[in-house]
Amino acid sequence: MQIISQILFLLALVAGIWFFTRNVKRLIRNIKLGKEIDRTDRSGERWVKMSRIALGQSKMVKRPIAGILHVIVYVGFIIINIEVLEIIIDGLFGTHRILSFMGGFYNFLIGSFEILALLVFIGVIIFWTRRNISNIYRFLSRELKGWPKNDANYILYFEMVLMLLFLVMNATDYQLQLNGVAHYSQEAGVVGAFPVSQFLLPIFDGMANATLIIIERAAWWLHILGILIFLNYLYYSKHLHILLAFPNVYYSKLQPKGEMDNLEAVTNEVKLMMDPDADPFAAPAEDEGDAAEPEKFGASDVMDLNRVQLLNAYTCTECGRCTSECPANLTGKKLSPRKIMMDTRDRVEEIGEIINKNGKFEDDGKQLLDDYILREELWACTTCNACVEACPIGIDPLSIILDMRRYLVMEESAAPNELGISMTNIENNGAPWPYNQQDRLNWANEN
Amino acid sequence: MAEALKVPTMAEYMAEGKKPEVLFWVGCAGSFDDRAKKITKAFVKLLHNAGVDFAVLGTEESCTGDPAKRAGNEFLFQMQAATNIEVLNGYEIKKIVTACPHCFNTIKNEYPALGGNYEVVHHTQFLKSLLEEGRLKVEGGKFKGKRITFHDPCYLGRGNGEYEAPRDLLRKLEVELIEMKKCKSEGLCCGAGGGQMFKEPEPGNKDVNIERTEQALEVKPEVIAAGCPFCNTMMTDGVKSKNQEDDIAVMDVAELIASAEDL
Ligand code: SF4
Ligand code: SF4
Repeated sequence: MQIISQILFLLALVAGIWFFTRNVKRLIRNIKLGKEIDRTDRSGERWVKMSRIALGQSKMVKRPIAGILHVIVYVGFIIINIEVLEIIIDGLFGTHRILSFMGGFYNFLIGSFEILALLVFIGVIIFWTRRNISNIYRFLSRELKGWPKNDANYILYFEMVLMLLFLVMNATDYQLQLNGVAHYSQEAGVVGAFPVSQFLLPIFDGMANATLIIIERAAWWLHILGILIFLNYLYYSKHLHILLAFPNVYYSKLQPKGEMDNLEAVTNEVKLMMDPDADPFAAPAEDEGDAAEPEKFGASDVMDLNRVQLLNAYTCTECGRCTSECPANLTGKKLSPRKIMMDTRDRVEEIGEIINKNGKFEDDGKQLLDDYILREELWACTTCNACVEACPIGIDPLSIILDMRRYLVMEESAAPNELGISMTNIENNGAPWPYNQQDRLNWANEN
Repeated sequence: MAEALKVPTMAEYMAEGKKPEVLFWVGCAGSFDDRAKKITKAFVKLLHNAGVDFAVLGTEESCTGDPAKRAGNEFLFQMQAATNIEVLNGYEIKKIVTACPHCFNTIKNEYPALGGNYEVVHHTQFLKSLLEEGRLKVEGGKFKGKRITFHDPCYLGRGNGEYEAPRDLLRKLEVELIEMKKCKSEGLCCGAGGGQMFKEPEPGNKDVNIERTEQALEVKPEVIAAGCPFCNTMMTDGVKSKNQEDDIAVMDVAELIASAEDL
């Protein structure tokens, strides 16, 4: 009997890890659909930024209530997972509480896990009420309707159930130890400390040992299976951020936020145009070369974005802190920086699915622009960087908006009319308004 | 009326074989927009007052390309940048001051990779350094004790992390500096950036400048201080739409100092 459960455990573990590995490979493959970008410079600064923002959650606490609750759930979740190590060893070798040889320290660990589990449980319930009952602006946006809202709630239910199972497992275990049942009780007396689950004991009062064992085993199994399922749910969920927040912050932009990248392809063309020494006969040849291999400016689909932008999309937690600071969104425009990130992820996923099916990408007649992100959204952006500043994990929605505007303007000449006129003015007279450049100093003589 | 301001150009300096301490980059708004021209003149008066040896490019200046770049026209931006860099490098410019955060950000951050390397400062930073060097005197003149709130320009604040220079100057004026609920790194945009100044807003339920003006009005200021010609226009329009223009002035930090000193 024991050996069967050990084998079943091994199978579950292998399946869970296999599936997880497959998803990680797909994730990496999908992110690599994007263009290469070098963000390996200044590694010292990057490590510091990652420890501050991803590990230290320094931006989370800018909103104190959500921030502190999140820190509790995050710390609790990580630390309680140390317990998983023991569960895996016990499961594989048929032992029980293998780490209990650590004595007092073990009791301290189990005791702290219990307290954290309780805090996580409470935190998650508050999160649930914030999301479903309080009217919080950033949880009301239209892009959260349907799956994203369910996803967020599923995670909360998951965590509640996992924490409950953990406590039930401990409570029954404790009772079995007190009852001196073989396999549970140890010579050294009771192992583990149960500051929280001891209060559950009355529920199990008077139960037969056999029933207690069934409950304990059921809780133990559901707990570990739940964790394996959770691990594999990540890939389909905004919860992927618990892994990706780290690389995402590491590879985030270090330059001042106001600085936007200069397109190199454009630099080369401008150089050629401005070079007085350029061979006049070489110019047409250059044009032909261009015609043969046109460089696409900007982005109309996810393959035109870079890998950091795609990593951003997979990392987004859909918290909406960006959107709740966005001047366009706050004044009722369609633009929501969170939606920009969610759309990008949905589109990469869609392409990933095509590759899963056909082995390679085949044009599906869709693209990120228009099929997901509307022009109206793109043109509403003031490039104010509030979204970038607000994001707790270093995501840059603005860079995607800008790349898509570049496509609209340079590939489609599709700027809004008045904006097009001001660009023509800049071209003709060096100012966005139709004033003569020769009049640029007139102000000095006016009163 | 006051006599015309003395505003030397780089071409004149060059002809005399001299080099100024700093180039004043006026910018399109500062050159052409009626409201912004007043800011330009106020700043020039302060420069004279502090004995700063400066020059402008005058007719050789051209749009930095900021609105084009942020609208997505990288090509036009880089053409503008190349032209401007050629002029600036021709004059061997080392240091640039500008009263426009957009010009400031673009020349400081985006020109270097295109061959334009200069020390670039915003006028509030420059005024602050003049103050620290003792070249400029700022004392609480007529704004002493007045309730003033500062609206952070995106490209000075969030864009480049400068929140204190303009506030330090206001403190020197001994004003009662009050902050809006959204300020500094969380400051709300005025709605002009990213090319919005030059187009109609997308459909929504409010204009961004109105939202920002309402935030400013909440703290009941006597003056809304700005550090950007575009913010200035936006906030001025916002105050007008609330019929408050007789009670609340929108002024650039440079104008506040110049008029406090009665320059
Ligand atoms: S940069 Fe654009 S998307 Fe981001 S907050 Fe500002 S207006 Fe919104
Ligand atoms: S981009 Fe950042 S701030 Fe916006 S929803 Fe995603 S994680 Fe939250």
